[in-house]
Amino acid sequence: MSWLETFRTGINGIRSHRLRSALTVLGICIGITAVILTVGLGEGAQNQVTSEITALGTNVLTISPGSSTSSAGIREALGTASTLTLSDTQALSSPVVAPDIKAVAPITQSSETLTAGSTTWTTTVQGSTPQWLTVRGRTLADGRFIDNEDVADHTAVAVLGATTASELFRGIDPVGQTVDVDGVPLTVVGVLTATGSSSSSTDQDDLVVVPISTAAERIFGGTSRNSVSSIVVQARSSGDLTAAYQEADHELLALHDITTPADADFTITSEQSLLSTATSVHQTLVILLDGIAGISLLVGGIGVMNIMLVSVTERIREIGLRKALGATPGLIRRQFLVEASVLGLVGGALGALLGILGAAFLPGALGDPISISVPIILGALAVALAIGIIFGVYPASRAAHLAPIDALRTE
Amino acid sequence: MSDIGLHDTPPQGTPPQGTPPVRGSRNAVIELDRVGKVYRTGSIAVTALRGVSLSIEEGEYVAVIGPSGSGKSTLMHILGCLDTPTSGRYWLAGENVGVMSETQLAEVRNRRIGFVFQQFNLLASMTAWQNVELPLIYGGVPRAERKDRAMSALARVGLASRVNHRPGELSGGQQQRVAVARALVTEPDLILADEPTGNLDSVSAADVLRLMSELHEAGRTLVLITHDVEVASASQRVLGIRDGLVTENDERYAESLR
Repeated sequence: MSWLETFRTGINGIRSHRLRSALTVLGICIGITAVILTVGLGEGAQNQVTSEITALGTNVLTISPGSSTSSAGIREALGTASTLTLSDTQALSSPVVAPDIKAVAPITQSSETLTAGSTTWTTTVQGSTPQWLTVRGRTLADGRFIDNEDVADHTAVAVLGATTASELFRGIDPVGQTVDVDGVPLTVVGVLTATGSSSSSTDQDDLVVVPISTAAERIFGGTSRNSVSSIVVQARSSGDLTAAYQEADHELLALHDITTPADADFTITSEQSLLSTATSVHQTLVILLDGIAGISLLVGGIGVMNIMLVSVTERIREIGLRKALGATPGLIRRQFLVEASVLGLVGGALGALLGILGAAFLPGALGDPISISVPIILGALAVALAIGIIFGVYPASRAAHLAPIDALRTE
Repeated sequence: MSDIGLHDTPPQGTPPQGTPPVRGSRNAVIELDRVGKVYRTGSIAVTALRGVSLSIEEGEYVAVIGPSGSGKSTLMHILGCLDTPTSGRYWLAGENVGVMSETQLAEVRNRRIGFVFQQFNLLASMTAWQNVELPLIYGGVPRAERKDRAMSALARVGLASRVNHRPGELSGGQQQRVAVARALVTEPDLILADEPTGNLDSVSAADVLRLMSELHEAGRTLVLITHDVEVASASQRVLGIRDGLVTENDERYAESLR
């Protein structure tokens, strides 16, 4: 008896018990759909985090005030002291001091309430220089960015992020409009192009950029008007990042009269290190999701085994008859294995289909991206087939070793 | 297995495996030599056959008659190679089936024996011709040839017009005729019928018995197992079975059942 004949017999066996076969397929189908969606969800979130971080720039260093370890050996939060100043920024801007640094932008920032007409909106106000656009890798959708004259003259101008612009000026062209920041009227001169990033914690589209001088003198105020929240440094290329890091580190240690690097009153981080932190945090989530998916597959597999065992008991007469007519134990085993693997494969295919549909429609409802890749689909199909086979082996060998007379005797 | 040790010496020495036995007739299809069967369930041993010796020749139509519990089902299972004896020897068409593996027995059943059961045992999801085709699939017969042979076997039992009906759409008598066609289709050495009329009304029963007689006249070897004297009387030779022992041509036994 050829494999083709066995396959035909197996299909016949499945078709003659439609409801039961359908339920088995359903079990596998749900398992595979769950796997594809959870893995896709994990992968989607991973991709989102990666793209958000790379959007910040891969050849960019962020220098923050404060040290990760104080001189007394006590860990302190970053940014606890404002040790970075505008003169640090100027020093780093010098091509003689730091030849591998292409652009430097100081940033001061604060959360402020904005008012335009009767609309108010609270967001992050960043004071910076024209280099901000370069180091952040951003472009303008409309109008112009702040220029050197704005910085020199403390001009009352602002550039809005896309989200901020649409929140404050619904349907109106914001360029030329006036927005009140903490009671200071600023003229909107430009709007940034949307990045499309939707992560609520770090919305790159919800911010206001003003000249750093304007921010210091008119908005934030305070005592140390020379200090900055952070300095963003862009290396000439991502290959020059290490050199740029060393130049910045060396220069700042010298400027701050610090001899032991461990006592540094600033911290330099690259987006690369941010990426690896985010990835490792994310890995935990992926393991959790994969675990859930694995359990649902296991449940599906036990379902197949259960149904196949019921099938063997219910078809005991058929097995006996087939044996009486000359089916060898090997052929009976093969028939039941084929049935189990066909059930697994059909369930897997339907599950993959449902998973693809889910990936197409669910992100709209969930707000989280689901990424489906060909290896995931193929992997899920292989797993479904393997489940059919693995959980079909025991029922199949039970069927194979039934004594024909016991089987025929059953009424 | 000690039973085999006690009764395992055939009268003319041990015939080599796979060769026809010297004993009995030239064309014996079935040759039993003191076949015994003991069922063991835990510590309880039930003796179903206590040393049955018999010989059935090619072309014979033999009825085995006995009440329930007489061991006739056990005999039928052993004759049909569905079960193996615990003692004694059994040659089917010259092959010693007592020493065969499960897989070899399956092949012997496929090639040499056609079964007709009381319960018909047709697969409900298949049409008449697909049911008849079944043993040919296991025999490795090519697809096109299978259908032709199944069709002609069905024509042989008078069901040419019902080939595409499923068992549920056929009467009991017709279903049993499909089962007979299935038993015929492999051209077996032996057709083994276990109470073939047990589930049929008298008209259908007579119909099936007539078919059996026709097969006998066409030269087939038939063994019919029954508890019914009427049914047994259709055969050429009657064997009585009681308490695990077979008695040849037991007319008085048959009479005693009337």
